Amino acid sequence: MSVSVRIPTILRTYTGGESEVSATGATLAEVIDDLEANFAGIKGRILDDNGALRRFVNVYVGNEDVRFLEDLATPTPDGAQVSVIPAVAGGC
Amino acid sequence: MSAVVSESTQVATPAHELRDGAFGHATGLSCRECGHQVALGPHYACPECFGPLEIAYDFPAVTREEIEAGPANIWRYKALLPVPSDIESSPNMEPGFTRLLKADNLGRALGIDNLWVKDDSTNPTNSFKDRVVACALSAAREFGSKVFACPSTGNLANAVAAAGARAGIKTVVFIPSNLEKPKQINSAIYTDSLVAVNGNYDDVNKLASEIAGEEDGWAFVNVNVRPYYAEGSKTLGYEIAEQLGWRLPDQIVIPVASGSQLTKVHKAFQELIELGLVEDKPYKVYGAQATGCSPVSVAYKAGVDAIRPVKPDTIAKSLAIGNPADGIYVLDVCRQTGGAVEDITDDEVRDAIVLLARTEGVFTETAGGTTVGVLKKLVETGQLDTSLETVVINTGHGLKTLDAVADVVGARATIEPNYAAFRDSGIV
Repeated sequence: MSVSVRIPTILRTYTGGESEVSATGATLAEVIDDLEANFAGIKGRILDDNGALRRFVNVYVGNEDVRFLEDLATPTPDGAQVSVIPAVAGGC
Repeated sequence: MSAVVSESTQVATPAHELRDGAFGHATGLSCRECGHQVALGPHYACPECFGPLEIAYDFPAVTREEIEAGPANIWRYKALLPVPSDIESSPNMEPGFTRLLKADNLGRALGIDNLWVKDDSTNPTNSFKDRVVACALSAAREFGSKVFACPSTGNLANAVAAAGARAGIKTVVFIPSNLEKPKQINSAIYTDSLVAVNGNYDDVNKLASEIAGEEDGWAFVNVNVRPYYAEGSKTLGYEIAEQLGWRLPDQIVIPVASGSQLTKVHKAFQELIELGLVEDKPYKVYGAQATGCSPVSVAYKAGVDAIRPVKPDTIAKSLAIGNPADGIYVLDVCRQTGGAVEDITDDEVRDAIVLLARTEGVFTETAGGTTVGVLKKLVETGQLDTSLETVVINTGHGLKTLDAVADVVGARATIEPNYAAFRDSGIV
């Protein structure tokens, strides 16, 4: 499965400044492994030492936060858009 | 963890040259999670761990007298904010120094001996958001930003649109398309670039974060200039302490959406103690959520540290943030101070709006209704000591959320225009 991954500003040092890159994998975990194979070091920024998504990073497949789906096991169908975005919020 | 300055990963300062003292006594940005240091710039996420960046300061000695001699707005505290010393010379909305009401009638109704309402509905666009936006606007100016923007549940959009108009900078504000009509109008009146997004706040926030990463020269107040913006909430804490005669309350109840306001009021209290401006004393901080979006309250009650995101479903739309970025810090503050996080139903929110209006003459929005309603529940469940001095924060004006109470209040009687009909109505 080939997917498109949007890269946040603070990770573009790993992608040579690219804001969007291609990756392959049937699940989010596989996509992140593929990113690591091409952009060494990026996996350690997205996942913590236990291999879980870092607390302050949100990852979306399509428009859905993977925490509402199957987290790292979320399927990434061919042509899917994956977005990695720092967690911020407004409100009080 | 100790602070680590890593040259290899340090985010560069913006191309725009910063003038001396552009950020007052701020010395840089520091990751709240890992302590990583980043130079001042339009950055909000730690390049090491994605943790939130906060302003680090080297505070000067400040006296009560110096503050009291300042203007009757948030700039009286400018020495403690990331703003230049000449901040008053630039057009701004001059928010703050809102009234602290002694709420004896509400206190009697709830059985609280000594109760105050900090009423932020009297800010220029009728919510506390004018405070944070004023600080964000200062940062945007200093960074040379061309566009002033935000994702918002309404109040922030109002404040950004108005402040941008006053400052003569282009604004673009993004809101969920199902937002209350009055809040939409209150933004659209100030800007021709109100963008309604089909989705909830978290969807709007995601979009804004993506745009912030792509568009140069955009200052999203609560995204890429968030560290500066968030500091504006400290002024609520400063004012409460000053208005109480330079002392801290025993208990304070604060609404929780992202959790930023609650953590910043606590930070303000701690700074006042450290600066010797108030006596060091214990105080309890309580967080208020609506049950239809209460991920922090749920985590508090479950005794866990992780916040599980939710899909919001509540009339308290300004609190409807399902994935609160500062939620874990709210848990820390409330637990460490001996407070709590509580939530109430939408019906209880409506009842509390009416209660505050009919006891104190203050018409609050749904977020304020949530806060007052949670105060009531904290009393009823024995979680709040009714003998201690208590402050409850009203974040915004009820005219913005009229729909929420439109069906629960109205004419008690409709009569013919004669005295007999009035007598028959049963009003007296």
